[in-house]
This record gives sequence, structure tokens and C-alpha cells, in this order.
Amino acid sequence: MQDAEKKMKTAAKKLFDDKKVDVIVGFRKGSRANSSRPYFARSAADVENLVWNGFCTANLAAFLPGLFEKPARPEDGYKPPRIAVIAKGCDSRSVAGLVKENQVPRANVIVIGMPCNGMTAAVKGAQVKKDEIGRACLECVSPMVKDADISITGESRKPAKGGYARVKAFAAKSSEERWKAFVKEIAKCIRCNACREACPNCYCKVCFADQKKPAWVSPANELSETIAFHMGRMFHQAGRCVECDACVNACPMGIDLRLFTQKLAQDAHDLFGSVPGISGDEAPMLNMFKQDDSECFITDPEEK
Amino acid sequence: MAKPTNNSEPTIVAFLCNWCSYAGADLAGVNRMQYPANVRVIRVPCSGRVDPLYIIKALQEGADGVVVSGCHPGDCHYISGNLVARRKFAMLKSFLEYLGIEPERVQFSWVSASEGGRFASLIEKVVDDVRKLRTPRKIVKEETITANVR
Repeated sequence: MQDAEKKMKTAAKKLFDDKKVDVIVGFRKGSRANSSRPYFARSAADVENLVWNGFCTANLAAFLPGLFEKPARPEDGYKPPRIAVIAKGCDSRSVAGLVKENQVPRANVIVIGMPCNGMTAAVKGAQVKKDEIGRACLECVSPMVKDADISITGESRKPAKGGYARVKAFAAKSSEERWKAFVKEIAKCIRCNACREACPNCYCKVCFADQKKPAWVSPANELSETIAFHMGRMFHQAGRCVECDACVNACPMGIDLRLFTQKLAQDAHDLFGSVPGISGDEAPMLNMFKQDDSECFITDPEEK
Repeated sequence: MAKPTNNSEPTIVAFLCNWCSYAGADLAGVNRMQYPANVRVIRVPCSGRVDPLYIIKALQEGADGVVVSGCHPGDCHYISGNLVARRKFAMLKSFLEYLGIEPERVQFSWVSASEGGRFASLIEKVVDDVRKLRTPRKIVKEETITANVR
């Protein structure tokens, strides 16, 4: 891993020396032991601060839509910045998704693909042992970086088998049990919106949860509002979630959000053969259709 | 959490597309067909216009069931609105069922402008399905809070 860090720093320095990038989005040492935090290197001198270790959990693609946001009054000849991103497998899938949704110009992004051994679950107050790899990483089917412009070689995790075992186990419960379990999980929520902020897919200028006219979700501390917020937020992940667990790691209450969003990933795959950031669909899954899409869910009142 | 709806009349919110299902509902009325009065119709330009949030919100605000209906695939006034909607609803229906909302409460169908009878039987079926449910409504707003806001 230190070897990969050294190679990454050399590559990063070279990018600045060749004047190929304006910003490199990566990680630096966190303020606590056993932690890393996102970092924006803006010059060759900043490169020394970059790190690569087992605590680089955040999905760095989440910063890209903001960095590429055009100023309200752009100067004449405004050009979008050139940004390099230190990417794990999941980050690279998110970049691919953002490119597909026209949030990120691919030509201006340099994906520095890192070998990923899985990251530790986020530190929540307690010290984390070095070998505690997060659940998302244990279940990760795509640790290899997709479409890397610069590949850093090194020891990397093998892809897991996939198969959505947890989703299947949850779906096997009765409807009432599932609802109880869902509400129990969501009732922990304090509506801090950290899941939304950490997610690379949540780039809307005004989130539906913040809209006042119409007010989809009231800020009131009321369970049904929280449920409506989470149902809305989760459904917006349909066909887009890359299962990076950024939301789960960001959640201060430890809500198991991915047990629910994973169902959407499963359906996207089973119904429409779409795996976000991996299958090469030309448009986001819900923006497309096929003439022979499944109709099994349609109510036919004349059916006897 | 909530009172069971067995004894009271269920309220069904129907999102009908302007070009087919709404006209189909109109035809059912013109032909004086009988169907349950539990339905509250909301006209939308196209079934593709129905945001999943509409459905979640309707359930939260007190609907016992929601039905969305548009033109048959291939007949969309906007060429492909209902085809895009079909994907979205396939995902939504499966997702809500996974979370524990009974599939009877959220239903999707196609009704064309000439199918007044089909509209009447669709509403009959949905009302019947919801009435048969023995489980309480799921996303329930606390009444006290609603009273203070309104």
C-alpha cells in the first residue's frame, strides 16, 4: 500500500509538472488516528500531503459536480477546470455515472486508478482495528478501477461473488416484518442529510427535501416525514447507486441504508440488466426503455 | 400506529393521463357506468409525469391506495412517456413492496380513451383489493401535527 502511495505521488507530481491538471482530489491524513479525509491538492507542493491507506472510505466523485459547476457569471473564454481524482473501483463507477448524466465532462477528468484492498468502515468515535473492512468492500464486485487514465498497480482485492444475499434474506420476511424493520431503522434518523451530502449521485442544486413549494417533506420532527424523505432519497438511487457505502459511513446514527438501496441495484440488474457504472448503457437506466420491458406488475382489471 | 381501515371506506387516489385514462374515465361517466365513489381523480399530462414522490405523498397524506393509469404502450400521446414510466413503476412497485407496503395499495394499469368499462372495473378491483387488506396503512402522518399546520 505504501508502494502504491509512492507511485501515486509520483504520478500526481508529474501531472502538475506537465501542467495537465488544476486540482487533484485525493486524501490527506485525518485529524484523528486511523483516519483519512478528502483533500484538494492545487499545486506540486501540495502533493506531499496526499496519502493512500486503508481509511480512504469517502467516495471522491461526490466533489466533482461541485468543482465543475459553472460560475453564475463566467469570464470570457471560461473553460472548465482539469481535475484528477484518486479513484477506487467505486469512485470510478460514480465518475462514469456522472459523465453519463452530463454532470462531469469526461475530457477534463483524469482518473488515477488505485489498487483497492477494501477500506475500513468509518471511525465513529471508537478506534477501528486495521483489518476491519467495511461491509460494502467485503461485498464489492468491482474493486478494479474502470477506465483509468493512469493506473497505479499493486495488490488489489478480488471481486466478491455478489448475489444480494442480504436483500434476499430481508425479502423472505413477511410484509409486516419488513415494514417494522424498515421503520425501526429509519426512526434512528436525525435528518442531518449527511447521506445526501456524501453521495456522488446527490448533486441537485435544490434537493426535493429542501423545496418549499411544493414542500415534499416538511422539516417537522415527525416519523412519516422522515420515512417520506428516505423513500424519496432512496428511490432517486434507482439504477444509479454504485453501492460504495458513502451514505452508510457518513450516517452518524449508523442506519443500514444499503440494505434498502441494494434492492434497487438488484432490481436494476434483474429487470433491466443495468449495473451502474459498469454496464455500458448509453443513458441512465430510467431515461431509457425497451419495447419489451417487463409488464408483470401491471394490474389488468379484466384478468380473471 | 394507525387504525385499520377495514371498517371505513377507503380513499383511492387515481393519477390519470390526460389523453387516454382520463378520457376513459370520462367515457365511463358518459355511459353512466357504476363504479365505487372512493376514487379521487387527479389529471396529469402523461403517466410519465407521475413522480414517485406523488405516490409516496398521497399515501402519507391519507390515501389508502394509489392507482396510476396511462395509455397502452405504443399509444402514448408523447410517443414514449408511458414506456419510460413503465420502467420507473416496475422499480417503484418492487421497491415499495420490499419495504413492506402491500402491493395492493400501489397499482398501475393501462386504460385507453375508448375503454370506459375497463376503467370502471379497474377502480372496482383496486377498491376491492384495498378493502380486503387486513393490515393498517403504512406511512401515517400524525393527526395532531397535521391539524396544527393546516
